[in-house]
Amino acid sequence: MSNVLYDQPGPRARRRNLIGAVVAGVLLLALVALVLRKLAAEGQFDMELWGPLIDPSTDEFPLVWGLIRQGLTATLVAAGLAIVFSLLLGTGLGMLRMMLGKYSRTPVVVWIELFRGLPVIVTIFYVYTFIRSQRIDIGFLPGDDGLWFVVIGLTLYNSVIIAEILRAGVASLPRGQAEAGLAIGMTPRQTMLTVQLPQAFRTMLPALISQLVVILKDTSLAAILALYTELLRRGNLISLNLDNPIQVLFVIGLIFIVINYLLSKLAEFTERRLSRSGVKPLAADTSAVPAT
Amino acid sequence: MDAVFDNLDLYWSGFLRSLGICLWAMVGSLLLGTVIAVCRVSPNPALRAFGAAWVTVVRNCPLTVVLFFFAFGLPTIGINYSYYVFGVSALVVYTSAFVCEALRSGINAVSAGQAEAARAIGLTFTQTLSSVILPQAFRSSIPPVGSVLIAMFKNSAVVGAFGVGRDLWSVGKRLSSAQGYDALPVFTGVAVGYLVITLTASALLALAERKVAIVR
Repeated sequence: MSNVLYDQPGPRARRRNLIGAVVAGVLLLALVALVLRKLAAEGQFDMELWGPLIDPSTDEFPLVWGLIRQGLTATLVAAGLAIVFSLLLGTGLGMLRMMLGKYSRTPVVVWIELFRGLPVIVTIFYVYTFIRSQRIDIGFLPGDDGLWFVVIGLTLYNSVIIAEILRAGVASLPRGQAEAGLAIGMTPRQTMLTVQLPQAFRTMLPALISQLVVILKDTSLAAILALYTELLRRGNLISLNLDNPIQVLFVIGLIFIVINYLLSKLAEFTERRLSRSGVKPLAADTSAVPAT
Repeated sequence: MDAVFDNLDLYWSGFLRSLGICLWAMVGSLLLGTVIAVCRVSPNPALRAFGAAWVTVVRNCPLTVVLFFFAFGLPTIGINYSYYVFGVSALVVYTSAFVCEALRSGINAVSAGQAEAARAIGLTFTQTLSSVILPQAFRSSIPPVGSVLIAMFKNSAVVGAFGVGRDLWSVGKRLSSAQGYDALPVFTGVAVGYLVITLTASALLALAERKVAIVR
């Protein structure tokens, strides 16, 4: 492979690379072996610790996986609600920011900058504190109060991000699109709604899917605040009972990684599809910016 | 707002402690991220596979899971440190994957023609890297690395909320529960503390971006 850093390797470089690969491979394997030996020495491979997670014949197995399934459902519900609300609120915010005048949009800009700058975990906890201390009754909403603290907190943060993605999406359209809309006599609002937004949503699709990864990861913040029993908190409770945090966290981490990996592949796939059909998509890789 | 103004000194010391977490994690994640990035772009397939695996695993795993793994997992195999050390380590491990990707995008932003030109005029491999490619790559990775670091500053609140003691978050907890102040103003103070960190960092980044921006 040739890239900006080095040229197509010749015979000598290929030999050197091969030797280097073998040496590095052996060293890495040795490192893995060292870690595994340490784990084995501490008895971390005992069936007593793993059994409830991988051996269907144990009594705990169905119970543990039932709980994990509950936790996963809770995570997916929170993430799903958060993405839907974020999309709605984010579209509204983005349109307000784009369509209001230079001065009248100041409050919207302040709102966006405020929630973009706040750590999500602070936002979630602040929502909780605010609702509790103002004695606002959110009992009419379906589900636990905890779910809604998380969903509202995540929505406040992610709607702002989506508003900014939307703005970038509209900005990436050729100027002629809006001009054509205006030229045939549509109002600026009609142009936005019927010409620019539909196209912007298409270019945004990969970035939106990536944002879903961010939201999924952020639901686990509830585990730290102990507000809502999603997947990670459920796992934590299980490991307190079974006294096997490494094993349970391994499984929980694996579930997150698999789901998020598939989602990011989906984002890349839609990005490729879109660019093949002639739309210039926004990069899927907003995940270059770490979420929690 | 008396709760905040009566305890400004407490807030200040908590702010400094939180800032300390950010700075340690920044140094650590830049170092580790660079190492991983070097692995990912090296001609050595074993190192490349390691770098790719690291990025895939760490980037798709929530910071909270990494943090719990450090704080609850490691003590069970006899590795015991304070939550401060575990918290900063988790932040470093988590952020390193994103730093790696940001650096890589900086390298990829340098067009291949630059390297070809450098080789064509007879520069050696080391000269090509040190005087043509890396200076450009460094400049074009400042914006992405900057936004990764800002996101990391925000994530440091997760470590704070987990409980490292004496930081902004603990100050908030202490004032609202132990000293019985009203929680809302207390946590408004905490939020402002974090905003000061992230907004200052954003402003500094914007400044740096203008300074090093390359018009391609």
